[in-house]
Amino acid sequence: MDTILHISNLTKTYQSAGRTLTVLDNINFTVAAGSTNAIVGPSGSGKTTLLGLCAGLDRATSGIVELNNINLGKLSEDQLAQVRNQYIGFIFQNFQLLPTLTALENVMVPLELRGEKNIRARALDLLDKVGLSDRGHHYPTQLSGGEQQRVSLARAFSNAPRILFADEPTGNLDAETSEKVVKLLFDLNKEAGTTLVVVTHDLELAAKTQRIIRIKGGKLVADELTANA
Amino acid sequence: MENNPNITKRKINIRWLFNMALRDSRKNRSRLLLFISAIIFGIAALVAIYSFRYNLQHDIDKQVATLIGADLVVSGGKTVDPTVEPLLASLGDRRSEERSFPSMVYFPKTQGTRLVQVRALKGEFPYYGSLETEPVQAGTDFKNGQKALIDRILALQFNVRVNDSVKVGEVTFLVAGILDKAPGQTGISSGVAPIVYIPLQYLEQTSLSKKGSRINYSFYYKYDKPVDIPKVVKSIEPKLEKVQMGIETVEIRKENTGRAFGDLTRFLSLVGFIALLLGCVGVASAIHIYIREKIASIAIMRCLGVKASEAFLIYLIQIIGIGIIGSVTGALLGTSIQHVLPSVMQQFLPITISTDISWLAIGQGVLLGIIISVLFALLPLISIRNISPLNTLRINYDEVNLLRDPFRWLVYLLIVGFVVTFTYFQLDSWLGSIFFTIGISIAFLILTFIAWLLMKLMRLFIKSTWGYLFRQGFANLYRPNNQTIILIVSIGLSTAFICTLFFIQSILMGQVKLSSSGNQSNMILFDIQTSQQKDIAQLTKQQHLPVIQQVPIVAVRLDKINGHTLADVIKNPKLNIPERAFTWEYRVTYRDSLSATEKVIKGDWVGKADPGKEIPVSIEDNFSKRNHVNVGDHLVFNVQGVSMNAIVSSVRQVNWNKIQTNFQVVFPTGILEDAPQFHVLLTHVPSAKVSAQYQQSVVRRFPNVSIIDLGLVLSIVDGLLDKIGYVIRFMSAFSIITGIVVLIASVRISKYQRIQESVLLRTLGASRKQIFAITALEYLFLGMLSALTGILIAAAGSWALAKYSFEIPFTINWLPAILLFFIISLLTIVIGLLNSRGVLNKPPLEILRGN
Repeated sequence: MDTILHISNLTKTYQSAGRTLTVLDNINFTVAAGSTNAIVGPSGSGKTTLLGLCAGLDRATSGIVELNNINLGKLSEDQLAQVRNQYIGFIFQNFQLLPTLTALENVMVPLELRGEKNIRARALDLLDKVGLSDRGHHYPTQLSGGEQQRVSLARAFSNAPRILFADEPTGNLDAETSEKVVKLLFDLNKEAGTTLVVVTHDLELAAKTQRIIRIKGGKLVADELTANA
Repeated sequence: MENNPNITKRKINIRWLFNMALRDSRKNRSRLLLFISAIIFGIAALVAIYSFRYNLQHDIDKQVATLIGADLVVSGGKTVDPTVEPLLASLGDRRSEERSFPSMVYFPKTQGTRLVQVRALKGEFPYYGSLETEPVQAGTDFKNGQKALIDRILALQFNVRVNDSVKVGEVTFLVAGILDKAPGQTGISSGVAPIVYIPLQYLEQTSLSKKGSRINYSFYYKYDKPVDIPKVVKSIEPKLEKVQMGIETVEIRKENTGRAFGDLTRFLSLVGFIALLLGCVGVASAIHIYIREKIASIAIMRCLGVKASEAFLIYLIQIIGIGIIGSVTGALLGTSIQHVLPSVMQQFLPITISTDISWLAIGQGVLLGIIISVLFALLPLISIRNISPLNTLRINYDEVNLLRDPFRWLVYLLIVGFVVTFTYFQLDSWLGSIFFTIGISIAFLILTFIAWLLMKLMRLFIKSTWGYLFRQGFANLYRPNNQTIILIVSIGLSTAFICTLFFIQSILMGQVKLSSSGNQSNMILFDIQTSQQKDIAQLTKQQHLPVIQQVPIVAVRLDKINGHTLADVIKNPKLNIPERAFTWEYRVTYRDSLSATEKVIKGDWVGKADPGKEIPVSIEDNFSKRNHVNVGDHLVFNVQGVSMNAIVSSVRQVNWNKIQTNFQVVFPTGILEDAPQFHVLLTHVPSAKVSAQYQQSVVRRFPNVSIIDLGLVLSIVDGLLDKIGYVIRFMSAFSIITGIVVLIASVRISKYQRIQESVLLRTLGASRKQIFAITALEYLFLGMLSALTGILIAAAGSWALAKYSFEIPFTINWLPAILLFFIISLLTIVIGLLNSRGVLNKPPLEILRGN
């Protein structure tokens, strides 16, 4: 299987009140294309920082992040933006929909950026897949949390990403809605053959992936395959 | 950064950017419009002034010929030299002649007297326009008999009607008509010295054209066929200059009139520009908050692959969009407001002003509005480039880094550059525009510093022992998302500007009134012949009036300064002597001692001349500086054709603020006693009634003597200043409105900022009254501090203007300042509370959901 993400000697430090704070310390792992992965760990362990670095949202202090054979550390901010648009999908804990755009428009944005054709039909198709074809003209504030996360799913898959990063995708949802959203996430992922990296401390969700990477105090403490592998 | 084949290069899709800008603005349009409304009034003021300026220029071009009434005018202040008489007789196809001078006239019906400008006219003048009279034919008919035209002001003041009589000198004329308009005459000039026209053939009989009278001789020429007037001027100018006669043509008048009113409109556009600047400060701060609220959206877009430059452009498009809307609205408002300006300004203007729509003014206003709103919005907009997509995971908005952004300093530079350049176009002086920009910047910095200091002090001084409401109210001044700086800067700048206008106006008015107060002279009699001097003093005393001063006056000219003549100065500008030193007619006096308003600052005062030696004269300080003449320098004066060699023996400093006769040059006694001269007498009349009686008795016995009633002049100046004040207040009203809009916008932004915590407080059980009190305290303090700082800045600014620009003593009228202080403070609280009403009146949950 091809490697889609290669992390090598990754370290991230911050300067805080004159002290150097090491958030991630010499992390190494690779992610195979098409696989599903969970990064788990307690609060403050550095999981979100790791996700930010993997997705090119932040720059490492040292080490290498290679996504689809592209060394992210050597790219300009605009090239990173292009990489995100071309290869990456995002799901956030608090949905992060653009509040002034309708659900349909939110789904259309990544496609519009790529200058693709038949955008509207494809976005509507995706909304249909997440069961929101009749809510396309609604604004995020007019949707429930679960509905917003489904729009977010549709948006994440709209640009057919090679890899999808999900940061606590069920963190803001009740148990029942969480279950529906997770099912949808894995179904869509399977259908699209996308690589999935989920950051979560929900072990039940983590168990649905093929591999669990455990982080503690900024260090990779365990990397194990699950029964789904 | 390397080029990676796996990354597709993508071009910026402008259409998509516009689409996103439109989408993103959806829920914020009313707020964006509120922000931009701050520039509407500034643009309106400028478009109104520009339209007025262009219309004025157009009207001057159209009507300029009627301003001088002829193609060519030659005039001089003394009897025509016989050598140029043939030349004067050869000019033009049609000729008119006029002699004008100030004189008293007497209306037998009401026994009224007043100083007027007598114009004795022969010929068909004016050739362009007409003497507008009632009845209409009187304008031409009066020249056919012993008839006069009197200004409407005189008709109204002395209740004179057509066919009544008016006595000019020793001749009584029939009033043939009431004069409404003569070439070049304005409401103001006729207020000071109303015109009385008489036929020239009766001038001799009036006995007013004796030697020593100050008569102006004018010759009006009309060419029936087109002639190259500048060529004619060029050929006759040297000859006429030699005999001290001046030339005026339609072109020269056009330039002069345009320049005079150019200054006025330039000043007013500066007032409008300040309103615009104020609005821009408001826009910049509002956009700053707006962008801060947009961080999350921008971070999401960045996550989805939007480039930093694309995110920046999306918001830039929004700003340009609302800038266009604001500027167009302002331009429309300005175009309608310009209809008001001519009615206000007509009093000062010699021509009729039209109020056509000026597309040029509208275009300039719209362009200016867009440029300036974008320029000021750029400050917060450039920070978009630094918003990281990481903000989707955690909010991390580091403001400190923004100050280090070199683009930020570039934008500051652009703004300062724009302000200096724009001001230069208004003032036509780099120095003036730099001072203006520095002044505005200093005011801005002081206010920012005060706001910063306030926040620091509040943090230090708030004690836990204070009541909760006070702690909360004052803590709002420094807590995150506070509006302290923007509110203090915007309210403070508006207050400073408005207050400066009040201060300067009252300083100028005070200066004028000071001169007329107490027992200082308020009536001046001049043109008194030497033979009449004693009799008039006696008549004055008989009427129980004081003879405050009685001085002889001799008209002289300067022929040489240290051996250099006018011709030398023209030939060699390096001599550094102004030409007008030689062209000016000086009115000098002679006496043996200094007056109470003078002191010698250089050299020695010499009161009596030694026969046979150079005459020791005393010169005034400004005369010395202007003409670069000092103690020991040699001057040659021309006293009615007689050359007199003089040496500067002393330089005096004169207090010109007192109403009394002061002189640039004073001769010693023993020289000018026999020269042709007239005398001036100063007295003080206690009331209008005594003034009228005194004037009547003087004019009856001494018809050649002219009287200036300073009370009357002061009331005219008062009216004039009032009108100018009205124009300035009218323009500054735009600043006031802008200030209020900025205030509303700033407070509304703070409402969005504060809504969460107010709701939280309400949720925790705070009563409406408590939230009301917290809000009121915060705004009261902000309003009071801004108003106070603004007033102090205005006082400092007015002091500087009074000292360095007007060169008059600085006094302050605190009453308007105190009133302004209370009004501004009150307004701030009222607007603050009105905006918080929404939070106070609704249940917390409703707001939480809506937000």
